[in-house]
Amino acid sequence: MSQKLVERLQREFGADILATATNHGDESVTVAPERLRDVLAHLRGKEGCEQLSDVVGVDFPGRDRRFQVVYLLRSWAKNHRLQVKVDVAEDEAVPTVSDLYRSADWAEREVWDLFGVPFSGHPDLRRILCHHEFEGHALRKDYPIEQGQECSRPEKLFTDADVARAAQRATAVVSDPGGVVDEVHPSDLLTVNIGPSHPATHGALRAELLLDGETILEARTEIGYIHRCFEKEAEDHTWAQVMPYTDRLNYCSAMLNNSIYAMAVEKLLGVEATPRAQAIRVIVSELSRIIDHLVCVCANLVDIGALTNYWYLYNVRESIYESLEKLCGSRLTTNYARIGGMSHDLYDGFAAEIGHKLDQLLEGHSDVMKLVARNRIFLDRTVGVGVIGRADALNWGYTGPCLRATGLAYDLRRHAPYSGYEQYEFDVPTGEQGDTHDRIMVRMAEIIQSRSIVLQALDKLPDGPLNIDDHRVVLPPKRTVYDTIEGVMNQFKLVYEGIRVPRGEAYGFGEGANGELGYWCISDGSGRPYRMKVRPPCFPVFSSYAQLVQGGMIPDAIATLGSLNIIAGELDR
Amino acid sequence: MAVDLENPSNYLTTRLRQAVNWGRKYSLWPLPFGVACCAIEFMSTVSSYNDISRFGAELVRFSPRQSDLMIIAGTISYKQAPILKTIYAQMAEPKWVIAMGVCASSGGFYNNYSTLQGADRVIPVDMYVAGCPPTPENLLYSLTLIQEKVEKEGLVPARVRHPGFSEALA
Repeated sequence: MSQKLVERLQREFGADILATATNHGDESVTVAPERLRDVLAHLRGKEGCEQLSDVVGVDFPGRDRRFQVVYLLRSWAKNHRLQVKVDVAEDEAVPTVSDLYRSADWAEREVWDLFGVPFSGHPDLRRILCHHEFEGHALRKDYPIEQGQECSRPEKLFTDADVARAAQRATAVVSDPGGVVDEVHPSDLLTVNIGPSHPATHGALRAELLLDGETILEARTEIGYIHRCFEKEAEDHTWAQVMPYTDRLNYCSAMLNNSIYAMAVEKLLGVEATPRAQAIRVIVSELSRIIDHLVCVCANLVDIGALTNYWYLYNVRESIYESLEKLCGSRLTTNYARIGGMSHDLYDGFAAEIGHKLDQLLEGHSDVMKLVARNRIFLDRTVGVGVIGRADALNWGYTGPCLRATGLAYDLRRHAPYSGYEQYEFDVPTGEQGDTHDRIMVRMAEIIQSRSIVLQALDKLPDGPLNIDDHRVVLPPKRTVYDTIEGVMNQFKLVYEGIRVPRGEAYGFGEGANGELGYWCISDGSGRPYRMKVRPPCFPVFSSYAQLVQGGMIPDAIATLGSLNIIAGELDR
Repeated sequence: MAVDLENPSNYLTTRLRQAVNWGRKYSLWPLPFGVACCAIEFMSTVSSYNDISRFGAELVRFSPRQSDLMIIAGTISYKQAPILKTIYAQMAEPKWVIAMGVCASSGGFYNNYSTLQGADRVIPVDMYVAGCPPTPENLLYSLTLIQEKVEKEGLVPARVRHPGFSEALA
C-alpha cells in the first residue's frame, strides 16, 4: 500500500522527490529541504498521514551533506506509513513542521539538541535532553561518549517577561468589554515548581505552573533529568550488548522492550524468531503489560487519594514478579530476549504458576473496580479532567492506551501484527472522551485482555526449538563450545565482534505498554549499531502535557499526569 | 542501661547519647530521591510484602526538611546534580544517605556524557547498595546497616562538627 503512496507522491512532486528506497518493509522518499513542508503538508492533507511518529537525526561525517533528518509518518485511517528524508549540510537549516504536526515541536528540539541541526521557524528551539549549559552536540560522531559536562544550576522556565505577558493575557480575559478593568498584576501570579524529584511525578520530570489563584494559567515542562544516553551507548556496544540497556527504558515493562528490540534487529538481519520463541515473547510481553498497567493505575489512584487500591494491585504485581524472578533471575531488569530467540526456555510448572497468579489478578482487579468504578470521589476527580480529543491526540503523536481512551481502536498488535498476535483473540478496549477516567479504565480493561492472551498463548505454546539455527546470530550451545573448535570460534566471534548485522536500516516496532515503541536502527556492517533511535511512546504524550493542564487546577494536573503514565527512563532514554 | 524494678516510678538509667540514638535508629524517616528503575524497587520495599515499617522507616517524607535518611534511587545525571545538592542541603542534621543501586553508587554501566559517575561526587554517601536495581531485601539490609551506624553517632553529628560543609553545598 505504501508503494502506491510513493508512486502518487512521485506523480505529484516529480523531480522534487530526489530518491526512493525500500528498507525492510518501510518505504522512504528523499526530498530537498525547501520542498519538505510542501510534501508533508500534502501527505497530511491528501494522503491521510495524520501522525508524525518521530523525527530522527543521523550523522554521516563523511558526506557533503552531513546530517540526515528522517520523518516517520503514519496513517491510522489507511494503516500505512512512510519515511520522508532530508539531507542537510552542517549549519544548514531545515524548515520546521511543528505547525503541521504538534509532535514535531519536541522531536525537532531533540534533533537540534543532539545533532545541532537548526530548524528555521521553530517557536522554541532550545535544548531538551541535555542541560542548558551543555556545549556541543552529543550524538554527533565526533563527540566523545565519556565527555561529561557539569551543570551549575537548573534552568528557570518562566522569566519575568513571561509572567508579565501572562498577566496581560489574564487581564484581557477577565475584563468584560466596556466594563471595569480587573487588572491582573504580575505579582498576583504565583509560579509553582513541581519536580524533578517529586512524589507525584513518578520519575524525574519537571513542570512549572503559573497560577492565578488556583487556576493554572500556563504550564511549562522540562525533561532530560534522566537522560542516560541510550542511543549513544548503543553506538558504543555490540548489538547483543544493547539488550540490557533496553531493559532500563521503560523499567516497568522491561520484557516488552527486550522483545521489540530483538524483533527490530531480526528484521535487519532478515531472520524470524522460532514459533516457540515468538509465543514466549507474547507471554512475557503481555505479563509486562499487565504489570505496567497495574503500576500506572495504582500510582494514579494513590495520587488522587485512593491508597487502598495500591495494596490490592501491588500485591498481584509482586506475586507475578516472583515468577519473573524465577524465570530470569531478576525482577525488574530482565534481559530475557535474545536476538534470534530467548536466553533460555520457560521453567517447568511456569504455566500452572502463572495461571494461578492470573486468577489472583482477577480478584485484585475486581476489588479495585468495586472500590472505584462507581465511587463518587473518583468520578469527580477524573471525569472530564485532562481531556484530549481524537484529532488532537493523533496530532500530538499519541499512541497506545492514551490514544485508545479517545475512542480510536488503534492497536499495533491488531493493525500490524507481529510475533503471531494474529492467532490470539482479544478486544481492543477504547474510551469515549479521552479524559483521565477513560485512560484509567482503558488500562483496567487491557489488563483483562492481556490476561486472556497469556492464557491462550500458554495453552497453545508450540514445541520445537527456542532459538533459530544460525550460529552467526545465536550463541552455540555450551556443549559445542567445550567440545568443538567451531563452537569455540563461534562463541569467540559473537562475543568479541558481535553479530555482523548486514548494512541497512530498519524500523522495528510493536505495541509497548504505553503505545508504539519503535527502534529505528542503521547498521554499517560492523558489529555495532551505527545509529539507534528509540521511538518512546511517552515522549510525544508528555509534550502535550502543558496544554492539557492549562485552565485546570494543580490537583487535576496531578491526576492527569498519573493517567498519562510517563516513565522517565523511556522519556529521556 | 539499668532499670529499677522495685521503685514504683520505674525509672531507668542510661546515657543520653544511647537513648537518643535508640530513638533515631528506629524512626528513620526516609526521603526517596526516586529518579529511575530503583524507585520502582523502593516502592516494592515500602509495599506490604516487604514492609519497610518492620524497621521503623515507613514514614516516607517527600519534604527534605522532615526527613533524615535520603535514599538516592536511580541514575543522577549532570542536569539532576545541582538539585540533589540543594535537596541534601535542605535536610536537617543528623542525616544519612543511601546510594541505592549501581547508578547512584558509581554511574553503573552508564559511563557517558550525561551521567554523574556516582552521587558521592556531589554529596556524602553513607551506604552503597549493589544491584541494578537492588532487590528489596538488599535495600532493607542496607537500612539495618544504617541503623548500626546511627547507633554509634555522637549527639553532635560528625558533619556539624566540621562547619562550612553544608554551606559549601548550598
